[in-house]
Amino acid sequence: MDSQVAQYVPVLMLIGLAVLITGGMMVVSVLLGKRGRRTTIKDTAYECGMLPVGAGNTRLSVKFHLVAMLFILFDIEVVFLYPWAVVFKRMLAHPDTANLIFFAMLSFLGVLFVGYLYALKKKAFDWTH
Amino acid sequence: MQTVFFYVFAALTVLCALMVVANPFSRNPVTSAMFLVLTIVSLAGLFVQLHAFFLAAVQVLVYAGAVMVLFLFVIMLLDLKEEERRKVRKFAVIAGGLAVAIIAVLFCTAIGQTTAGIGVQPILEGGTAALGELLFKHYLLPFEILSVLLLVAMVGVILLSKKDLK
Amino acid sequence: MMNWFNNLSPTSQFVLFSALKVVPAVLVMLFIVAYIVLVERRLCAFIQDRVGPNRAGPLGLLQPMADAVKAFLKEDFMPAHVRPVYYWLAPALVMIPSLLTLAVIPFGSQLGSQKMVVADLNVGILYTFGIVSLGVYGIVLAGYAANSKYPFMGGIRASAQMISYEVAMGLSVIPLFLLVGDLNLSTVIGDQTHGLFSWLVFRQPLAFAIFLCAAFAETNRTPFDLPEAEQELAGGYNVEYSSMKFALFFMGEYANMIAASAMMVTLFFGGWTLPFFGLDQPAATVLGGLVHIGIFLAKLLVLLVLFIWVRWMWPRFRYDQLMNLGWKGLVPLALANIVVTATWLWLKS
Repeated sequence: MDSQVAQYVPVLMLIGLAVLITGGMMVVSVLLGKRGRRTTIKDTAYECGMLPVGAGNTRLSVKFHLVAMLFILFDIEVVFLYPWAVVFKRMLAHPDTANLIFFAMLSFLGVLFVGYLYALKKKAFDWTH
Repeated sequence: MQTVFFYVFAALTVLCALMVVANPFSRNPVTSAMFLVLTIVSLAGLFVQLHAFFLAAVQVLVYAGAVMVLFLFVIMLLDLKEEERRKVRKFAVIAGGLAVAIIAVLFCTAIGQTTAGIGVQPILEGGTAALGELLFKHYLLPFEILSVLLLVAMVGVILLSKKDLK
Repeated sequence: MMNWFNNLSPTSQFVLFSALKVVPAVLVMLFIVAYIVLVERRLCAFIQDRVGPNRAGPLGLLQPMADAVKAFLKEDFMPAHVRPVYYWLAPALVMIPSLLTLAVIPFGSQLGSQKMVVADLNVGILYTFGIVSLGVYGIVLAGYAANSKYPFMGGIRASAQMISYEVAMGLSVIPLFLLVGDLNLSTVIGDQTHGLFSWLVFRQPLAFAIFLCAAFAETNRTPFDLPEAEQELAGGYNVEYSSMKFALFFMGEYANMIAASAMMVTLFFGGWTLPFFGLDQPAATVLGGLVHIGIFLAKLLVLLVLFIWVRWMWPRFRYDQLMNLGWKGLVPLALANIVVTATWLWLKS
């Protein structure tokens, strides 16, 4: 195994330890915790002392869906910015690629900024609409 | 040692993927979505072993962290109840089997004919910098077209969910 | 003893050293979680002109033990209306990612020949963002598991808030990597060793401001603590939880805070370095290595106190204000910062 792949072994160990600790804490609390009685009041959903009204899961506003969709699109954009940022300085140093790397991302961001402006104009980011 | 890790992650990926579509214990769509997250994460483990570290991180970041959150939102938005078992129809079985067979044949021929990656050791430079250089030197046009694709997607989403607004 | 060690294969040595880093790192993290809660309670009492918990031990120093014993001994009650599997899964899914972010953070230079970082990954920051993005599931599933209105709303609100600010967070640090040219966090620290003003907080103050706002929102701390707004949601996604499961949500929040502070120390404040007395070079002696770990922890503590201070000084935002700030404020600001930094570098070349 070479060095970079090997670096992921401690990550696996950390995952194992994190699962062990969290699981252990929950199990210990079940073993040590006080045994209580079950009553109807305890079994009702907590709504500040009032009796629960209606179903537990209300349907969501479509706005959450919109936010999640926009998040994916912007996330993809962000992901493309990382390799660009890493090679930027190196490619700027070469005269052949200096303008290429600068304007490549400028046009990419420009097109996406049009999308951002469209979303802004259509009030996609306005929560109260 | 690495082969052991490969088989563990491969088995995990396949198992979780099976649980997404054919979970014997639960028909809850949220459970399927969570198994899909596990599939994606174990796939990232496979990417790491291929030295595609950037892809592995992005796999978790975009697919597990963003796309699957949208899936969960949609499941909750539509308030999907537990799916009932459908009756298996003869036509569906035959059509499905045929489709699987065709895809299997396609895959087998494609894998059989490919020469890429055979006997080639993955280079350690499979990191972010190498990917960036490739992207901006050789695949610049697809990259720029992608921005238009993202723009189209953005307009589409807003148009669909804000239809009633001027 | 040394003989036995030298007889081990390199792989076993590597695994052993990794274990020796992973286990103390997690234990120290849990220790800080326990005591930062006490610090928060004492500090909040000080700000509100009260005394705060001072009974358990001198200055209340044993209070975290008392809290832990209480959490373990409380009745672990699962209401009948919840979805059992997710009810158990959600607290764990809040706690585990916050512990995993530790992996790539260099918490010291060297002890002997060992680099003081659990996993020195090339993709450094992207690993962190990947793990942070998985943190959403714990909260959204907690709301789903409770199968009751307030937790559900709290969970959905929290996840929408977290994903919105993830965009701003991801965009805000890109100027740093334009300057550094590598995603590895040890390299980022190495780039900040040319005097105090090479710290990235001075070279990219706007990036730091955006990252700080986003970090507050990601950790659900005031002024962005809408998911658990007591007055509106009766506590949010953790209402139906009791005992240790509730404590796990609580600890998860503080662990997230520590992870966010550690990220900021590494990205903006030079990590384990100090620009004086040659403390910015990897330590040659064990003592020097320990001093570096101490510097890291001290910087971490300062940022944690900032988190606490802001919480007791600022009121909460309204949800539409929060969304406006994220999408209309921080995202365009971060984009502008990227373009300005890139243009500056381009003109300079």
